[in-house]
Formats: sequence, C-alpha cells, structure tokens
Amino acid sequence: MMSLSLTEKVMIGTALLGGMSGMVGSFAVLRRRSLVGDMLAHAALPGVCLAFLLLGTKSLLGLSIGALGTGLLAIAAVTMIVRWTRTKEDAAIGIVLSTFFGAGVVLLSLIQKPGVGGSKAGLDSYLFGEPGNMLTGDLTLLAIVGLAVLLLVGALFKEFSLVCFDTDFAQSQGWPTLRLDLLMMASLAVVTIVGLPIVGVILMTAMIILPATTARFWTNRLAHMLLLSAGFGMAAGLLGTRLGRGLPAGAAIVLTAAAFFLLSLLFAPERGVLARLLAEYRLRKRIEREHLLRALYELSEPDLPSVPTLEVAAIEEHRYLRSLQRLLERAVEAGELERVGNAVRLTPLGLRHAARLTKAHRLWELFMVRHVGIASDHVDRGADDVEHLLPESLLIELEEKLASEGRLPNVVAEVPSSPHELGTNS
Amino acid sequence: MDSPTLIIAALPELTSGQLVMLTGAVTNVACAIIGCFLVLRRMSMMGDALAHAVLPGLVVAFLLSGSMSILPLFIGAVICGLLTTFLTQTLHQYARMPSDASMGVVFTSLFALGVVLVKKFVSGLHFDIACVYEGTLELVSLAEPIAGVPRPLFTTSIMLAVNVAMLILLWKELKLSSFDPALATTIGISATGMHYLLMTLVAVTAVASFEAVGSILVVAMLIVPAATAHLLTDRLASMVVISSAVGVASAVLGYQAAAYWNTNVAGMMTVAAGLLYASAMFFSPRYGICSKLLRNLRMSARVLREDLLAMLYRVEELGTAKRLTIREASEAVGGGWLTRWGIKSLEQGGQIQQSTNKLELTEAGREVARKLVRSHRLWETFLVQYLDMPLDHVHEPAHRVEHFIDEQLQEKLEKRVDTDGQDPHGREIPQ
Repeated sequence: MMSLSLTEKVMIGTALLGGMSGMVGSFAVLRRRSLVGDMLAHAALPGVCLAFLLLGTKSLLGLSIGALGTGLLAIAAVTMIVRWTRTKEDAAIGIVLSTFFGAGVVLLSLIQKPGVGGSKAGLDSYLFGEPGNMLTGDLTLLAIVGLAVLLLVGALFKEFSLVCFDTDFAQSQGWPTLRLDLLMMASLAVVTIVGLPIVGVILMTAMIILPATTARFWTNRLAHMLLLSAGFGMAAGLLGTRLGRGLPAGAAIVLTAAAFFLLSLLFAPERGVLARLLAEYRLRKRIEREHLLRALYELSEPDLPSVPTLEVAAIEEHRYLRSLQRLLERAVEAGELERVGNAVRLTPLGLRHAARLTKAHRLWELFMVRHVGIASDHVDRGADDVEHLLPESLLIELEEKLASEGRLPNVVAEVPSSPHELGTNS
Repeated sequence: MDSPTLIIAALPELTSGQLVMLTGAVTNVACAIIGCFLVLRRMSMMGDALAHAVLPGLVVAFLLSGSMSILPLFIGAVICGLLTTFLTQTLHQYARMPSDASMGVVFTSLFALGVVLVKKFVSGLHFDIACVYEGTLELVSLAEPIAGVPRPLFTTSIMLAVNVAMLILLWKELKLSSFDPALATTIGISATGMHYLLMTLVAVTAVASFEAVGSILVVAMLIVPAATAHLLTDRLASMVVISSAVGVASAVLGYQAAAYWNTNVAGMMTVAAGLLYASAMFFSPRYGICSKLLRNLRMSARVLREDLLAMLYRVEELGTAKRLTIREASEAVGGGWLTRWGIKSLEQGGQIQQSTNKLELTEAGREVARKLVRSHRLWETFLVQYLDMPLDHVHEPAHRVEHFIDEQLQEKLEKRVDTDGQDPHGREIPQ
C-alpha cells in the first residue's frame, strides 16, 4: 500500500467510495429518501466544528466521528418530525438540513475568531472535498467501511428488500421495521461522512443518487440493481479521476456519473427513452394497420364470399386514416393487399387477418353490450381502443362465454355481424 | 407601493444593525410567503435544488457579459432555475423516476457542471464557496446604494413587492392548483402554468436573496417558516401571514443572538427559525406534540376513571357483601400513578368513598356507572344480534366503545335490539 502513487491512491479511494455509495444509495432511492444524503452531508458541518472545538483535532477520524454524531442526530430529528407532526418528509428534511447547516455556519465563524483556535482551513477542505490529500490511512478507513457496508447488506438483504418494497407487510410480519429503517439510514450516514472529505457536500449527494438511479434503468431486480449501482459508482470514481485531470476531482467524478445516467436514460432497454419511443412507434404502426384492415373488411363484407375491388376514395370515405397511401403500400408489401389498377383488393391472407381483427372488435362490442350494458351505438369507440390489446386467450374465452349462454349468433362462428349500423367514418 | 417609499424615508435614521435586521426581515418574508406553496405542494427541497443548480447559469452569464453586474447574472440564474424545474418534472413524468431522485440528479449534476466551468474558465476571480453559503449580511450598510438604499436591500425589497403582488393577483389560482390541481385544470386554470410560475418566483427570489443573505438562509426561509405556520393553522391566508411573521421574528432574534455572541448573522437567523419550528412542533395548540400528549393523557384518565366506576358497579351487582380494596381495584385497571390519581379524583368528585379501606360507589358514582354498564351491555347485544359475533368475542369491543356511547345512541340501540332487559350473557341491562 505504501508504494502507491498519489494518483493511484485517489483512484482506488474514489472507486471504493463510488462502490459503497452506489450500494447504500440504491436503498435510499428506492425508499424515496434520495435527499437524505444531501441532508446528512449538510448536517455534518456542525459536527465537524464541534469535534474541532471540543477535541481540538483536525484528523479525519476525529472530524468524521463528530460529523457522524450530528448526522445521526439529524436522522433522529427527521424521524421524529415525520412520525409525530403533520410536517411531511420533504419539509422535515429541509428543516433539519438548513437548521443544522446554519448552526454549523455559526460555529465556523466562532472558530475563526481570534483566540478560539485559529484557522478553519482544514475544516473547509473537509466540507468542499479534496481527493488530493488522501492518505494511506484514509484509504484503509474507506476499505473498512466498504467491507462493513458489504457485510451488512449481505447479512440483511432479505430484511432490507422487504422494508424497501412493502414496509406495511414487513411490519405485519413482525419485522422491526423502524430499527431496520434506522440501520439503513445509519449506513447511509456512515458512507456519506467518509465520502465528504473526498468529494464535498453536494457531490456526495450526487454519488448517493446518480449510480442508483442509473442502475434502476437496467433492471427490475434489487440484487442486480445493487451490483450494477456499485459498479457504476466504481466506474465513475475511476474514470472521473482519470479523465478529469486538472479539474476538481469531485465534480469530474459526478459529471462522469451523470454521463452514465444520461446514456442509460437514453439507451437502456425497456425503461430507456429510446426503447420506449420505439415501442410506442411500433404500437402506433400496428394500430394503424389493424384499423386499415378492419375498414377494408367492412367495405368488402357485403360482397363476401367473393372479394371486391375497392376504390381508394371509398376507403377514405369509410374511415379517415392518416397517410392512407403509405398504409396501403405497407399492406401490399406484407401480401395482405393487391393493387388492381387504381383500386385495391384484399388477398386471401389479408382477408383472413382482417376477418380475425373484425371478429375481435365485434366480440368485444357484443360483450360490452350484453354484459356491461352499454348502448349499442356507444360501444364502437371503446372497442376501437381496446381491440389491439386483447390477447388471443381472452377472445377465445369471450367466444366461449357468449356461445355457452346461447348469445353468440350462428354467423359468429366466422365473423359476427356488427351490433350497430356501419356508417361512414365509424 | 407605499412601503418602499416609507422605508427610504426612514433609512437615514437606521443604524447598521437595524439595517441588517431590516434586510434580513425583507428577504425572509419574500421567501417565507412563496415557501408556503412549496411546502403545501411537497416540493420543499426545490429551494435547495435551485440554490445549487443556478451555479452554471451564473458562470455562463458572467463569462458572456464579462461583468458581475446584477442583470445578466439574474437572467442566467433564472434560465438555469427553469431548466432545473423542467428537467426534474420531465424525468419524473417520462422516465418514471421518483420526484426526489429526479430533483437530486438534476441539481447535483448542474452544480458539478458549474464547479467545472468555474475551474476551467473563471480564472483570477476569487470564488469563495463559503461566501455563497453564508452571504454578507453583516456588510449590508457598506454596499453601494441604489436610490438611497443599499443594493441588497433594494433588490430584496423589489422581490418582496413582486411576490406580494403575484400572491394578490393570482391568489385563487395558486390556492386551487396547490390543493387540487385536477380540479384547477378542469375549470380552466393551468396547473402546469402555475407550477412554472411558482418555480420562476422561487428561482428569482433565491437569486435576488443570495447576495444579501447567502444560500443557506434562503433555503431555510423557503421551508422553515411555512412548515411552522402549517403546524399552527389550517387556513392558507393565515398560513401566509404567520409564515411572514416567523420570517421577521427569525431575522430579529437571529440578529440579536449573533450580535450577542459576535458570530455569523445569516447562520444565526437560520438557527432561530429552526428553534421557532421546534417550539411550534412541541407547543402548537392543535398539532403540537405536547398538546397531543395532553389530549391522550386526558382521554386515558377519563377511560380509567370510568373503568373503575363500572368495575365497582359490577361488584355491587353480585349482591354479596364483597367490596374491593383500593389495592385490588387499582391492580385490576393496570395500577401505576395514573390509577392512584384516578381513585383520588373520583373520591374528591364524590363518586366513590372509602369505608374501612374498601371502595364503595356513592349515589352519584352509581348513576354514572349504571349508564356505562348499560352502554356496554346494549352494545354487546347489538354485536351478537346484528353482527353475529360469538358470545366470547363481544366483551372486548364493548369495553372499548362503552365510553363513547351517549344517551341518544343508547336509545337507538335499545329500539333496534331485542333485549328482554338482558344482555347476551344473561345479565341485566340497567335502566
């Protein structure tokens, strides 16, 4: 350890910090307590000042113990306010944060006064962060805290996840939810406070929130989220110190973590913005196709079983569809439609698809009319919205239900007739 | 617009200390009145978020304008503030993140960006972060005057006037959209518009106040007075008034304390506000912890005394000569100091009396006890006949509810149930 260069020490230290704040941060974010880290970081100031005033020390350990003391006091105060008054959690956090920090500012200005004990220089760097002055001893402290957090989370994983997702259930099963909750927050406090002198108040808040929210985009499982979050935190620590040479290290680390966040926000599968836009686009495309096919079926219906050719103008008149030409083109490509001069005609494949869709639509309409008691001239719209999402199994169930009650018209075996008049643009 | 003129007229008379208090009070009130809406909308931490997120805006404005003059800084800060609000809202709505996490992501990232910008581009300028936190309230009388008023006081007075004007003009809209945004939207008030208006006010107020008092006091004043007022009243109008009063009180008390201990004024004002909140938390007549405790204590005392009376009644009812000693009676209802007090107060109230160390009901006490036992047994009958509860399950609920059944309800119960003058256990229901 002694032979490490300063850069290496800083990198190891920030990676360790990133890893453990990612882990405790996951619980904080899931418990909707993201800003508790912010509060703890601010509440450390009076503790640091008191430790300096009372113990006369500027050692990292001494100041950290002071900070931890006021941090735990702050947690107790928030818990008390939320449990016993009508003040909501966000306001409670804000009140405790500002009052404690205000008290810290007062103590700091007392320290600066001549005769009390000289300069506040060391205390300043404690609050605003200075990874450069990381010592081997600090690294050991970080490693110990990291290990402790890992062991705690490992030992109480089941309990923590229960409290995270369903506190009431945990309570009803007899778990000591208040104590587990406090333990979770206390581990958050310890991590925040060992991180403070490295990255500073605000950026420590970021280290709690950013890796955890980033990880949340990638998974729905708590165990994966914890690992991912710790991984993102470590990567941010390593890359941030490496890329951000010449910049304030804390800010560089946070900006790296923010870049991870941004990338995940955009590109994560399922929860990412692009994936969501793509899914939405696909759904819209499918709905357009289904609307077209149903319109074509309704127009062809009077002439069945022979399939008529339909003028584009007639389709337009029957139902308004945006960019009809493009839709028709797509249907032709899919082999559901063929062009006959200027008009179009359903292919056997297209007819089968269209008949299935129309059947789903009408079955749902029948169900709404007969079982929900909705007027027959009101069901078209509702069926229009829902028909695209009806699973096959539900359709079969509907069919059986209506058939068993003798309510399924004979013709429905293929396609039931519409329960309402087919008007234009219906 | 009368008050600024008055203040200007009175200014030459003010000492430096009074000027500090006045500036503090004006700033605090400006923050405290819009803070009410933040607290009600559960967006208290928005003040904290905006206070940090405006940093890159300030830096960019400084770089573009090349000066520290107030207007460009203002514009930069407001743009950044609105960006924060917009991004927080968007992440919350479209990325489905919890609102506190989205706020935390946005403001910390913007702050980090600001720190990097300062380091990269603003060289030579001494950028003291501590100064941003603590402000320079002590030095207000030394600031360059605008229209005869020190600059910090001038800007915050304008801010106060703007906030008050907005509140008066848009009172109904702000109120409705804070309590019931859905209703507001249906009757044609844009809840989103109100949200952004409020956020703009918060951002502008925060920036205007930074120079005067520092960010920590702004954050505190956006939350603490409003939360204090919320503990004291249920009406929005009085909440705004009380909140302003708390703002003024913390300015005055904070300054006095800071002058006494010769320490930082803004920090002391924050602590004063915190202490005011703490006293409201304990001593608010309605929502305070102490008054809640007192109410609970009174209720326990009443239930205990009534339980004692009913127990003595049941012993008499046995028809034997057996009477309970004080010791037996108090053990039966749980014992402790409250029981001792209960027996004493029943004795003083003339509802029980002691004879040879045994407790006996007086005529007045028997009357009260009879009503209780009647309520108890009527309720048991009701539970058995209407709710089909088994016989061995009805005592406990009746024991709890007997204290809250008045004569009207007794009459109603009697009409509904089929009694023959007896409860389901076969004991007589007293008249």
